[in-house]
Amino acid sequence: MDVTLSVNGVSRTASVEPRITLADVLRDELGLTGTHVGCEHGVCGACTVLLDGRSVRSCLLFAVQAAGQEVTTVEGLAAADGTLHPLQKAFHDAHGLQCGFCTPGFLMAARELLDENPSPTESEVRTWLSGNLCRCTGYQNIVDAVLLAAERMRGAP
Amino acid sequence: MKPAAFEYLAPRSVEEAVALLAERGEDAKVIAGGQSLVPMMAFRLATPAALVDLNGVSELDHARVDRDTLVLGATARHRSVQELAGLRERCAMVAEAVGLIGHPPIRNRGTAGGSIAHADPAAEWPALLLALDGEVDAMGPGGRRTIAAADLFRTYFTTALAPDEILTEVRLPLPAGAVGSAFVEVAQRHGDFAVAGAGALMIVADDGSVADARLVLIGVRDTAVRSVAAETILRGASPTDPVLDDATNAIRSEIDPVSDVHGSSAYRRRVAIAVARRAVTLARDRAHAAVA
Repeated sequence: MDVTLSVNGVSRTASVEPRITLADVLRDELGLTGTHVGCEHGVCGACTVLLDGRSVRSCLLFAVQAAGQEVTTVEGLAAADGTLHPLQKAFHDAHGLQCGFCTPGFLMAARELLDENPSPTESEVRTWLSGNLCRCTGYQNIVDAVLLAAERMRGAP
Repeated sequence: MKPAAFEYLAPRSVEEAVALLAERGEDAKVIAGGQSLVPMMAFRLATPAALVDLNGVSELDHARVDRDTLVLGATARHRSVQELAGLRERCAMVAEAVGLIGHPPIRNRGTAGGSIAHADPAAEWPALLLALDGEVDAMGPGGRRTIAAADLFRTYFTTALAPDEILTEVRLPLPAGAVGSAFVEVAQRHGDFAVAGAGALMIVADDGSVADARLVLIGVRDTAVRSVAAETILRGASPTDPVLDDATNAIRSEIDPVSDVHGSSAYRRRVAIAVARRAVTLARDRAHAAVA
């Protein structure tokens, strides 16, 4: 089946079997390998992308189901000139990653959180990100990074 | 693993969906949010020959409070329910239970109807349907029928829905007046399936006695279950702490939790009684606050 979807603002078409997940289409057909595939059954959160602005597990969605919708991946976070999104910059500054495998999923989940709640508490950040697994950091620096990004995005001193 | 190949069918109306499902027979499955079905397909525990996707059926995509009833179309997301204005004030048990379902990406996609049709004994929606004496509509080749919560859940992952029927709407009556309710779970991590969970609702009469009480438990036997024993003790009684102790200890004989990696049967039993006590206490205190 031909599937046309908007990915990071660009209309893309791929010819895929119905059984192919959105994650696999992004990576294998469209070359957007920033979306990582970890558990492939909705537990680890590494494949989190935004679908019409809302976070979803791209391994639990068949690409044909996303036809006509707006997908935002980690590649869509930074500006066209390469300037990092405040979340990416904060993850860098606060050492919010080590191996980096889980990072795209955390960034996309955090992006939705800050879109909806620009001033989350530490507890709200932890609860929101509870669906994303990181095996390196122990989460502390990830939480710090999201709080730092929130502060910077609010323009706080 | 990757899901096995299947035929993808995207009907635009309930009528068309029912016809497609009937035509393809038992090897076809209905998909709404897919948050349980797709993992099962990834593990190849489910290998449907065809998927009938309800997401393009716009008539099923609604969530609203109609007077005293929460009305949810089959594709209403958990998230859409969370966003209903005033739901927490109207029925805290529903708002709290929905907030405990998975994680934001799961709630953005998963549906109440799908959770009920899937009938996981640890899931929240079947418990809410039972606690609120709700009902669902199912559409099949023979037409539409309504199934009461008490008649719906048979055993693990098994409901009264026929293979050629589609759950189209969920209706949950929300009690009004001097009512308090709560939903409490213990889980390994926030959003994980509960080791055990409990939903409680209490209505207090003018004289302070319990006019109505509902207690539902999840994760403790083959389906979500109402505790008849606890409700019987509570109704008509004065809801003092000793009465709440008696009522929630009475659930012991009604539950039969399995042992697994997250806890032994004995541990789950203790957790179930503890969360039941917390939920009933919150329901009572909130009912009193509603009177004040």
